[in-house]
Amino acid sequence: MSSVTNVAPVAATRTPEGEPRRPRKPRSGALLGLAAWLIGFLFVVPVLWMVLTSFHSEEDAATNPPSLLAPLTVAGYREFFGVGTGANPWPSLANSLTASVVSTVIVLLLAIPAAYALSIKPVRKWTDVMFFFLSTRMLPIVAGLLPIYLFAQWSGLLDNIWLLIVLYTAMNLPIAVWMMRSFLAEVPVEILEAASMDGAGLLLTLRSVVAPIVLPGIAATSLICFIFSWNELLLARTLTGTVAQTAPVYLTGFVTSQGLFLAQVCAAAFVVSLPVLIAGFAAQDKLVQGLSLGAVK
Amino acid sequence: MSTTIERRRDDVGTPPPPPPSGGALRRTSDWARRAPLLPALIFTIVVTQLPFVVTLIVSFMDWNAYYPDERGFTGFSNYASVLTDVNMRQAILTTVILTAVVVLVSLLLGMGIALLLDRQFRGRGVVRTMMITPFLIVPVAAALLWKHALFNPEYGLLNGTLTAIWRLFGSDNAPQPDWISTAPLISVEIALIWQWTPFMMLILLAGLQSRPLDVIEAARIDGASSWQIFRYMTFPHLRRYLELGGLLGSIYIVQNFDAVFTITSGGLGTANLPYVIYQTFYQAHDYGRASAAGVVVVIGTILIATLALRTVSTLFQEENAR
Repeated sequence: MSSVTNVAPVAATRTPEGEPRRPRKPRSGALLGLAAWLIGFLFVVPVLWMVLTSFHSEEDAATNPPSLLAPLTVAGYREFFGVGTGANPWPSLANSLTASVVSTVIVLLLAIPAAYALSIKPVRKWTDVMFFFLSTRMLPIVAGLLPIYLFAQWSGLLDNIWLLIVLYTAMNLPIAVWMMRSFLAEVPVEILEAASMDGAGLLLTLRSVVAPIVLPGIAATSLICFIFSWNELLLARTLTGTVAQTAPVYLTGFVTSQGLFLAQVCAAAFVVSLPVLIAGFAAQDKLVQGLSLGAVK
Repeated sequence: MSTTIERRRDDVGTPPPPPPSGGALRRTSDWARRAPLLPALIFTIVVTQLPFVVTLIVSFMDWNAYYPDERGFTGFSNYASVLTDVNMRQAILTTVILTAVVVLVSLLLGMGIALLLDRQFRGRGVVRTMMITPFLIVPVAAALLWKHALFNPEYGLLNGTLTAIWRLFGSDNAPQPDWISTAPLISVEIALIWQWTPFMMLILLAGLQSRPLDVIEAARIDGASSWQIFRYMTFPHLRRYLELGGLLGSIYIVQNFDAVFTITSGGLGTANLPYVIYQTFYQAHDYGRASAAGVVVVIGTILIATLALRTVSTLFQEENAR
């Protein structure tokens, strides 16, 4: 391999970023890099297989050994979207979109003021409040499911998308409070206070100092909340029926095999996952922070 | 001087109060501070705590929707039946095994991959993105993918690959195991490990990258071997991140419903507590028993959650001290 010649220029370009140059045995370095590539590839193979199969015909999708080079077709997608089958996934996709987007907006409306009261002008015992929020996220959803179901039945909110919106808001609020607090905590309070002395400076400060810190934070928080809502199955499965069912509930229709339907399943899985893939790659740098509830930056 | 500061604190809508006693001023300013917090706090309490209180009450009741006349309090009999019932005990055991296996394996894999990704090599960003992808597949979709496209004994990718490899060596007798029927719980675990390893990897990679590099460099110059650096410097630093990943992972996987529901529909001994609770209440309409089982899950979770909160708290304090 040309590992020796390869490593040198990489190391040289990286050094200005502060990474101290490490004298390494280039051979083992290249091997470890290759191992990383191999493992990364193994993890992504099921997804690549899903995408490839979704563009195959049902006959080509069900061969053994797999036919990698079979001609591509969008028949699976046509089936999924109901051409010739009468299936209609659009209402469930629309419901998922509504539930995820609306709950995310409400989460932000509640979380940003709360995060403000936990960082910039903190209430007393603000850490206790933070940990209370976090503890609610750790309570298993399944433990509150029955009362919620009974309440929904009693109030006529069963199969109503607004019930899911409220529950998804509660589900994501702790994460959003933790994330937004960690962003707001980076706002230089002294500058803010100095600016609030003279009103003219305040707007300028908000725009030039606060916004650059807070807006990326809001974006990352929204994406994480969106992902969690979009993925949710248990609540949606229990509390919605024909009208308000979400995309994951629609997907459960594919649990039992129905003859040759692999391409259609793969198309369905890919279509439903696409928004999460987009949101996840967009939030890649903040993903850790959101998943660890703000504990890790 | 002090008055201007007090004024500024309660400038959130409240008019400057008439010169009151010091206590009253402080109280209004306290409430002005709390005001932005209250909507979120009240919302959370109403939506998340209230249902649980009801669950707790129902768990002491004999309540089956099919026999509405027999509703009444029965003390601990639901708990007794949850803890003695064979299916429930099996579900508790399954939950523990499923959670432990998935968390431990994905932590180990996650750590190995994080260590690989912590090094400089060509295309590191691409590999990192590839690694994250499994986590960005909707859980139901991922479970469907494993069930139909990978594990399927006739046309799944796993058996297809076996056939291809055997053909390569001129044999037509490749083993074609029926993965889900022969090893149902392991199949569910594999699908979950595939989804959760990226999560662990991300947390541990963040931990690795927060290491004080100058100290490690100094140790290296002093002649410490790679293994010594890992054993005495990297690993102790990573410990809290390992704890955090393990605990958060446990909290999420104890609750897992999607994979069990999709891959095996709770059959073949894979029904975990969330699935059994869902069945007990949604199909058998035995509200009392479902609630008691729910409380059992919560007690188990509180155990893990207390530890998790402690770890988060340590990391959090360090973060704030910086």
